[in-house]
Amino acid sequence: ALGQAAASDARRTAGQARGPLDGIPMGLKDVIAVTGQPLTASSKMLANFVSPYDATVTTRLKQAGAVLWGRLNCDEFAMGSSTENSAFHPTGNPWDTTRVPGGSSGGSSAALAAGEAIATLGSDTGGSIRQPAALCGVVGLKPTYGLVSRYGLVAFASSLDQIGPFARTVEDAAIVLGAIAGHDERDSTSFKTPIPDYRSQLGAKRGPWKLGIPKEYFGEGLDPEIGAATQKAIAFYEAQGCEIREVSLPHTQYCLDTYYIIATAEASSNLARYDGIRYGHRSKNAKDIVDLYYQSRAEGFGAEVKRRIILGTYVLSSGYYDAFYLRAQKVRTLIRQDFLNAYKEVDALITPTSPVPAFKIGEKTDPLALYLCDIYTIGVNLAGLPGISVPCGFTKSGLPIGLQLIGQPFQEANLLAIANEYERGHEWHLKTPNL
Amino acid sequence: MNYEAVIGLEVHVQVKTNSKVFTRVATGYGHEPNTLTDPVVLGLPGALPVMNKAALDAIIKAGLLLGCEIAPVCKWDRKNYFYPDSPKNYQISQYDQPICLGGAVEIELPGSARNVMGEHKKIPLTRIHLEEDVGKLNHGATDSLVDYNRAGTPLMEIVSDPAMQTAEEAYAYLTSLRATMIYGGISDCDMEKGQLRCDANISVRPVGQTKLGTKVELKNLNSISFVRDGIAHEIKRQLGLIERGGTILQETRDYDGMTGTSQSLRTKEEAHDYRYFPDPDLMPVTVDAEWKQRLQAECPELPFDKQRRFVEQYQLPYTLTSVLVWDRGLADYFEETVKISGAGKAQAVGNWIANDLLRELGNARLPLAESKVRPAHIADLVALVEAGTVLTNAAREIFVEMFATGDKPGAIAERRGLKAAPTDAGELEQWCRDAIAANAKALAEFKAGKDSAINAFKGPVMKAGKGKANPKLVDETLRRLLASM
Repeated sequence: ALGQAAASDARRTAGQARGPLDGIPMGLKDVIAVTGQPLTASSKMLANFVSPYDATVTTRLKQAGAVLWGRLNCDEFAMGSSTENSAFHPTGNPWDTTRVPGGSSGGSSAALAAGEAIATLGSDTGGSIRQPAALCGVVGLKPTYGLVSRYGLVAFASSLDQIGPFARTVEDAAIVLGAIAGHDERDSTSFKTPIPDYRSQLGAKRGPWKLGIPKEYFGEGLDPEIGAATQKAIAFYEAQGCEIREVSLPHTQYCLDTYYIIATAEASSNLARYDGIRYGHRSKNAKDIVDLYYQSRAEGFGAEVKRRIILGTYVLSSGYYDAFYLRAQKVRTLIRQDFLNAYKEVDALITPTSPVPAFKIGEKTDPLALYLCDIYTIGVNLAGLPGISVPCGFTKSGLPIGLQLIGQPFQEANLLAIANEYERGHEWHLKTPNL
Repeated sequence: MNYEAVIGLEVHVQVKTNSKVFTRVATGYGHEPNTLTDPVVLGLPGALPVMNKAALDAIIKAGLLLGCEIAPVCKWDRKNYFYPDSPKNYQISQYDQPICLGGAVEIELPGSARNVMGEHKKIPLTRIHLEEDVGKLNHGATDSLVDYNRAGTPLMEIVSDPAMQTAEEAYAYLTSLRATMIYGGISDCDMEKGQLRCDANISVRPVGQTKLGTKVELKNLNSISFVRDGIAHEIKRQLGLIERGGTILQETRDYDGMTGTSQSLRTKEEAHDYRYFPDPDLMPVTVDAEWKQRLQAECPELPFDKQRRFVEQYQLPYTLTSVLVWDRGLADYFEETVKISGAGKAQAVGNWIANDLLRELGNARLPLAESKVRPAHIADLVALVEAGTVLTNAAREIFVEMFATGDKPGAIAERRGLKAAPTDAGELEQWCRDAIAANAKALAEFKAGKDSAINAFKGPVMKAGKGKANPKLVDETLRRLLASM
């Protein structure tokens, strides 16, 4: 890292700084490949694995001159909402280190909030950027599916995963997004679309906007303080001249089930490669090849990962595929259609990011309770839409609250502008934890 | 009760492309182990597949050659199973929307004699799809080694209908399919290099029954001969079982070509649930009319079609066409020569190529492309013989030298004094009269209308002329004399 920093200084002295990211120290979630750095996915399975290649986002950040250091902790294989599933250790929330930073990109949000990096990258499959951003009081963006290359991202759920930036401000997030976004020929799911200069677009006068409030997102389970902060934010937009409308996303109640069928199915297949034969943990106790598979994977994977692999295998298995996986894909189309219908009336949606603020480490032991942390974020991944969380307040006990804005496909410039409008009128993003 | 066999073949053909099907790493055989790899081949964390267009071109072309319907849209599915030769523990393949449907392979069964064309049949295909090949395992005494050089090579899986009935048909199917793939430049189909692999599905049933019997899958059929032998063996095994009152178990058996025996590998109970689902990393492929047309224009004439055309267009006998058509290069060479010689000389040209050229190439272990003898050489030689300038024996000698040096036949004949001596007309007539007089039987037959009886006189005439008499003149003279008798 120091070498990278020195090279950057040299460029700057020579008047050849590469742009706003040159010399900026950034940490990457330990699921993003950087040549010569560990790529553990916070799992014992890959504890000894060092990546021989760069993810595309890594290449682009290097080209921009960023100094890449630090592998950031996360839930094992990005499966979780608290970073407690890391095989190595949990991460503490800088605002209260006895509490979780959120997950799965908890390390990315915590490091940023603690001032250990100027910006970080995480990945978001069901909310894993936005939820930790909310819990740590920082900005976190999940791009439209296909905007940012997944080449070099340890795959969890291929049709849901996206890499995105964490930053202190919307502008910083725009800068990082601009550096990593864009078509990649190594990722067949990446989209060919011109990438605007997100940062300069922030300055352009946009709005006022029509903002939708999905009525299904404000029901049972929402912490009252978070509900109140969200309402205040809505009132702010209204005061700026935005039209606020209630909309309905009628298939919201199916989002969790649909997600946990599709994501686990894809994960069960994506994680099949971890068998200790070519790389990663290989059990020393195996008698034969079948035993090698069983032991290596039993030893290498944590409980939540095993749970999801089992569930995913089940929903794909003969006799159950039609009832579960196929059906879930059909419901997914309906979920996406809900959003697109809403966008006939409004430009973007406002919701809370997380139904609860940061909870105590060890507090939520029931996996299903942890799944419920994602109820506001998960539909966005199923629909492939962009979503951003910005800090919008604190609970009485001083825990950050996040506001989620959901945008239209490939309309990140507009989404960032809407978020920026809020940030310009508030100072939440200027607060830092006492560490 | 009479039983019949029902056979279906699943043939895997490696497509000859520069790089692998889902990543830009070179394909190849015989390289240092694990050198033709990259993160995608090895299934490293974070690797993603990218479709190889040349592989798609090849399979579409194969489909067009075999008369398949090319699906307007096809997709990619993951076939999930654990095995050390499979880097991701899933294989990217095509499940329910393959790129080619239907089609057929024309086969020729052995004729009643070597020079009689056997029966032709069309064996219908079910489908052809594209998938990635797996690595290669080497089993030692206490451990196994895996080489991923082969992993990710594009592979076509060609599935026939269960429409064959004998081991001979299976053999004919494979030789025809193989030839077609080589013709189309799609694969070299070298079975020793694993470029063509075949599994057979065999069942038996009483003649007249439409329901299929229990099928047995036969694997490890490493050569086209082993396919035939293995199938024959399996049919015999099943019939024997039934005869003894047993039932056929649905299973996979491993055939040992060396011993001619098979043994069970696994039964139906252990069959895999592959949990197929669409691969979320790859987009479906749309093949439009323009793409198909472009590839159709590149499709060569098929071997059997060419053979039929040679018989009709050039009046060639069946056996000669069999030698000429199965190597596309040779067939083209033949037609180039005929273009120069004229269609009337096609048989002579064909004979020179089939006999002398192939013999010389074989002896010298030279590929046709490197032969110094080019179509013009052969055309010249044929013309010289036709004109009587050189006799056939001399022409054979000239050919050998022509092959070695590339010199023109006329020049060689001149240089080596191989030109036919001019025959004294009077001497010739005397030899002819003598020959006719010595063979009253042949004379009677000829007079009775049997034209080929004239050949009986030619031997003695040529002997008298010490082999140097011009055959054309001999024939003319004999006919003139015979006509007046």
